[in-house]
Amino acid sequence: MKRSPSVFLRLLRLAFPLAGWMALAVLLGVATIGSSIGLMTTSAFIIASAALQPPLADIQVAIVGVRFFGISRGVFRYLERYVSHHVTFRLLARLRVWFYRSIEPLAPVRLQQMRSGDLLSRVVGDIETLENFYIRVIAPPVVALIVSLGSAAFMLRYDPSFALVLLIGLTLAGVAVPVITRWLSRAPGRALIAGRADLNVLLVDGVQGAADLIAYGQSDRQAEQVGQLSEELANLRVQMARIEGFGDMVGNLLLYLTTLAVLIAGVPLVRSGDLTGIQLTVLVMATIASFEAVLPLPVAFQHLETNLEAGRRLFDLVDAEPEIASPESPSDIPAVPALAINDLHFAYSPTDPPALNGVTFSLRSGQRIAIVGPSGAGKSTLAALLLRFWDVNPGQIVLNGTDIRDYDPDDVRHLFALVDQSTYLFNATIRENLLLARPDAPDVALIDAAKQARIHEFIQSLPDGYETWVGEQGVRLSGGERQRIALARALLKQAPILLLDEPTANLDALTEQAVLHTLVEASAGRSMLLITHRLVGLESFNEILVLQAGRIVERGTHAELITVPGGVYRRMVELQNEVLVVE
Amino acid sequence: MTPHRRLISEAWQVRLYLILTIVCGLIGGVLMVGQAWLLSRIIDRVFLSGAGLSDQQSALLMLLIVGVTRALLIWLGESSAGRVAAGMQTRLRRRLFDHIMALGPAFTGSERSGELASTLVQGIDALDAYFSQYLPRLALAALVPLTILIVVFPHDLLSGVVLLVTAPLIPLFMILIGNMADALTRKQYRSLSRMSAHFLDVLQGLTTLKAFGRSRDQVQAIERITGQFRDTTMGVLRVAFLSALVLEMVGTISTAIVAVEIGLRLLYARMAFVDALFILLLAPEYYLPLRALGASFHAGMSGVAAAERIFEVLDRPAPPIIGLPIDREFGVSQTPINRPKPIIRFDDVYATYEDGTRPALNGVSFTIHPGEKIALVGPSGAGKSTLINLLLRFVDPSSGSITVDGRPLESLSPDWWRSHVAWVQQRPYLFNDSAAANIALARPDAHPDDIRRAAELAHAHEFIEELPQGYDTPIGERGARLSGGQAQRIALARAFLKDSPLVLLDEATANLDPALEALIRESIRRLLADRTALIIAHRLNTVTAADRVIVLDGGRVVQVGSPAALSQVDGAYRRLIAAYGGES
Repeated sequence: MKRSPSVFLRLLRLAFPLAGWMALAVLLGVATIGSSIGLMTTSAFIIASAALQPPLADIQVAIVGVRFFGISRGVFRYLERYVSHHVTFRLLARLRVWFYRSIEPLAPVRLQQMRSGDLLSRVVGDIETLENFYIRVIAPPVVALIVSLGSAAFMLRYDPSFALVLLIGLTLAGVAVPVITRWLSRAPGRALIAGRADLNVLLVDGVQGAADLIAYGQSDRQAEQVGQLSEELANLRVQMARIEGFGDMVGNLLLYLTTLAVLIAGVPLVRSGDLTGIQLTVLVMATIASFEAVLPLPVAFQHLETNLEAGRRLFDLVDAEPEIASPESPSDIPAVPALAINDLHFAYSPTDPPALNGVTFSLRSGQRIAIVGPSGAGKSTLAALLLRFWDVNPGQIVLNGTDIRDYDPDDVRHLFALVDQSTYLFNATIRENLLLARPDAPDVALIDAAKQARIHEFIQSLPDGYETWVGEQGVRLSGGERQRIALARALLKQAPILLLDEPTANLDALTEQAVLHTLVEASAGRSMLLITHRLVGLESFNEILVLQAGRIVERGTHAELITVPGGVYRRMVELQNEVLVVE
Repeated sequence: MTPHRRLISEAWQVRLYLILTIVCGLIGGVLMVGQAWLLSRIIDRVFLSGAGLSDQQSALLMLLIVGVTRALLIWLGESSAGRVAAGMQTRLRRRLFDHIMALGPAFTGSERSGELASTLVQGIDALDAYFSQYLPRLALAALVPLTILIVVFPHDLLSGVVLLVTAPLIPLFMILIGNMADALTRKQYRSLSRMSAHFLDVLQGLTTLKAFGRSRDQVQAIERITGQFRDTTMGVLRVAFLSALVLEMVGTISTAIVAVEIGLRLLYARMAFVDALFILLLAPEYYLPLRALGASFHAGMSGVAAAERIFEVLDRPAPPIIGLPIDREFGVSQTPINRPKPIIRFDDVYATYEDGTRPALNGVSFTIHPGEKIALVGPSGAGKSTLINLLLRFVDPSSGSITVDGRPLESLSPDWWRSHVAWVQQRPYLFNDSAAANIALARPDAHPDDIRRAAELAHAHEFIEELPQGYDTPIGERGARLSGGQAQRIALARAFLKDSPLVLLDEATANLDPALEALIRESIRRLLADRTALIIAHRLNTVTAADRVIVLDGGRVVQVGSPAALSQVDGAYRRLIAAYGGES
C-alpha cells in the first residue's frame, strides 16, 4: 500500500501547474474572511468610539470602512467561488488527460484484471473526488493559516498575550479537534463503510434476484437481513453523528473559551490604562470573527482522507507495468502478412490453468481458417494474443519471419480488422462509430460497408440516418444491430486480416447465413481468422481447428472432419442440429 | 402532496428526535442571545465603568456556563439529528424493499432492476442530509431569527425593523436566482450530461479503440470536451453563484447598516453602549441560520428529487393476495396437492404483459396430468414464459382460471404453493454468497451433506470442488465467475435440494460442449423422473422425449399432442421441426 505522504505529494504535483490560479483563489478566500473580520472590528470600533461621543468626523472613516466591508465580503466570496471552480475544472481536465495517458498503454489487460464490473465508474468517481482536491483539501487549511497568522499579527500590536491566546485557540480548533474526531471515528467509520458495502450487495441481490428469491420463498428472509443490517448501520450512523457533534461542540467551546480568555487578559490592561475600552471591544470581536477560518477544517480533514484514498486507488492502477513492451526500434510492418503460430502456451496468471497449451498453425495471405470449440476452450485468448494485448509464454507468433514482439504493437493491430462479442459502440453518431475504423473514409465506402453488413437499410430507417446517436444516451439498438454495425466498422477498415470472434452472435439464423456469406465475399484478397462456436458456413474454409481445453484436438476441412466417426467436430455439429432455433 | 410535504409527514414517525433536534437548536439560539447579553454587559462595565476582573467574576462564570451549555446542546442536537436521519433511512429502505418484493418479478424485470437498486441504495442515501441537515435547519431558519427579533425589538425598534425587513430578501432572491439558474441548467443539461459521460465512454471503449489503433488520438478529444464542459458549466455557475453573493450581501450589508445606525445614535447619546454592543453581536447571528439553510439547500433539493423516485415506487399498488388467511390453515391440513403430483388445469386463460396492455396469452386451455412431462415450443413472444410466470404466481390471469386439484390457484397462499414448485432457469441469478448458500436457496438451513448430494445430482459438485474454497467460495458478481453451464448446474442443484413435485424448466439454448451437454442432460433426466414438469424446450430430443408437446403461437395453443402424433400431422410442429431442426 502506498503511504499517505507520497500520495499527497503526487497529488500536489498533479495540481502544481494550477498554482497561480490556486494562489488567487486562496487570496480571495482570505479576503472574504478578512472582510467579515473587518466588518465586525470596524463596527465594534464605531459603536465603542461613539459611546464616548466624539465628533462625527472621528468615526467617519470607520463608517466608510463598515460600508466597504459590508459589500466586499459578498463580492470576494463570489469571486472566490468563481475562481476556485475554475481551478476545479482545470484540475478535472488535467486529471482526466493524465489518467487516460497513463492507463492507455495498460489497456486492456490491466483493466480486465481488476475484474470488478464497476471499476471504470469507480475510476470516474475517484477522478471527480480529486477534482475537488484543491477546493476542499488544499484551500481551507491555507486560508485558515493565513487568516490565523494575520489576526494574531493584528493582536500582537496590542499585547503578545492576545496573539498567544488566539493562536492556541485557533490551533486547537483547527488541528486538534479534527485529528481527535477522526481518531475517534476511525473504527465506526470503517465499520460503516464495510456495512454499507454489504447492504448494497444485499439490496442489489434482492432486486436483481427477486424472481429467484420469490420462487424459492426467500424474499422475507432477504428482507429480514436487509432490515437487520440497516439497523446496525443506523446505530453506526448515530455513533458517527455523536462523534462529529462532539467535534463541533469542542470547536464552539474553544471559540467561547478563547473569547473569554481575551477578555480576562484584556480587562486588567484596560484598568491599568495600557489598553482602551475601544480596543478591547475590537479585539473581542476580532477573536470571534477569526474562528470562521478554522471551523470548516474538520470537514477538510475528512475530505483529505477520501482524496488520499481516491488518489491511492488511481496511482495503484496507473503504476502497473504494461503487460507488453514496445520495441525500441520496431521493424517495418509487411504489406502482405503471413502469420505462423508456433507451439503457443499461455496462462492468464501463474496460478490459472493454461488457456492455450501448445497451439500451432499458420495463416498465409488469402487463407481462411476457422477456430471452433466449446466456450472456455481458449479461442478468444488466441485473438487477444494476436492483437498483442498479451505476450505469449512460451511459444512464438511470427509475422513474415519476424517475431511479433519486434513490431510496434499499434502497427500489428493495424493488420487486423476485428469484430468480437464485446465490440463497443461509443456515445456518438453511427457515422462517427464507423469512421473509427478509417477516419478519412468517403461516404461511398461507409455505405458500402454498411450494405455488406446488412445494416444500411436499418440505418436509413432511423430518423437521423447515419447521424443518429447510439450508445447509452442514444437510440437503443438490439444485440444484432450492434453486431452488424461492428461488422460494418471492421469491413470499412482495410486491413489485410479479418479477425472475427463470434461475429454472428446475436444474429438470427437467416441473417447469420447472409452475413457469413458477405464476410466470405469481403475476405477476397484478405486472410480471415474466424473464431466461433456456431458451426455454420464452414465448408469454404481452408482449415478448421477444433480447440478443446487449450489444445487443438482435430484439424482439417469441413468435409474431412464431418466424416470422422465419434469426432469432436462431428458431435458438435450433431448437437447443434438438435437445437430448435425457434426465435 | 408534494414530495417535500410527504417527507415531512414521514419524518413524523421519528418526531421525538426531530423535535429534540429543533429544540436543541432553539435553546442554543436563546443561549446565544444570553451570551451576547453577558458579553456586552461585561465589556460595558470594563469600558465605561472601569470595572476590574474581580468585579466581573460572576458574570464571567455565567458566560462560561452559558457557553458550555450551548456547546453541549450542539452535541445533543447533532446526535439527535443523526438519529432522525438514520431512523428515517432504515424505515424507508425497509418499506421500499418490502414493497418491491410485493410488486414481484413482473415489476423488477431486467431493464428496471438497475434503476430500482440505485433508488434503494443511493436514493435512500440522498435522504440523509435532507433529514439530518436540511429539515432541522429549515425549522431553525424560521425560529432563531424570530427569537432574536423578539429580543431586539424591545431594546431597539429601528434595528429590529432593519433586521425584519432584510430577512425575507434572502429567500426571495435565492428563489429568483435559483429559478434562473434552474432554467439555464435545464437548457444545457443534455449537452452537459453527454459531455460528462464522454470520459467513461472512452474508458469503456478503450479495448475497441486500441484494436483499431485509435486510442492515442483520444487525449485531444478528452481535453477538448472537458474544456467545453468547463465553459458551459462556468456559464451556469456564474449565475448560480449569484445566490451566494446575495446571501452574503444581505447579511453583511444589513450588519453594516445596523452598525452605522446604532453608532450614529450612540454618538448623539440616544442609545446606551451596552444595548448597541448587544445588538451588534446579535446581528450576524440573525443571518447565520439562513446562511446555514442556504448551504444545505442543495442537499435538500437532491433529497426531494430522490424522494420523488422513492414515492413513485411506493405508490404503485401491489397485487392483492387473495384468500391468504384461510388457506394458510386449510391449505396445509387439507393438503390439496399432498399427492406428489397435482392435476393442474388451465381454463381459457388470458394474461397481459406487465404494462397491462399487450396481451401475452389469448385464451389458453390445457391440463397437466400428474407425472406428465410437457414440452412448450413456439417462437419467442408466443407466451411460453408467461405460462411459467402464471404458475409461479408472478402474474395472475386477467381472465380465465388456473386450478390445482380443482382449487383455484389464486386461493392458495402464494408462498405455500411456491414451496411445491421448483423453477430451473436458463440463467439463474447468482447471489453474492457462497456456492453452498446459492444452492441452499430453497432451504437455507439445509445440512451440508444434503447440499453436496444435490450438487452431485446436478453434476455441479465437480466444478465446485475445484473452486479455491470449495463450497464456501463466494460466487456472484463479486466472487468467482461461473460460466453459463456452471450457473445452470447451480440452478439444477437448487431444484434437487428443493425436491418439489412440480418442476418448471427453461432449457438452455446452446452449450455445444459435447461432454458438458451429456452431463446436464443426464441431470435433467434425473430431476424430472417421478415429477410433473413443464419445459420450455429448445432441443429436439427434449421435445421428442416429452409426453406431450404444446405448440404456442401468438398467445394461443395451436397444437397439442404427443410428439409422435404431432409429427404425423401437417401443422405448426412439423413446420418447426422441418424449418430449423435439420439445418446446418
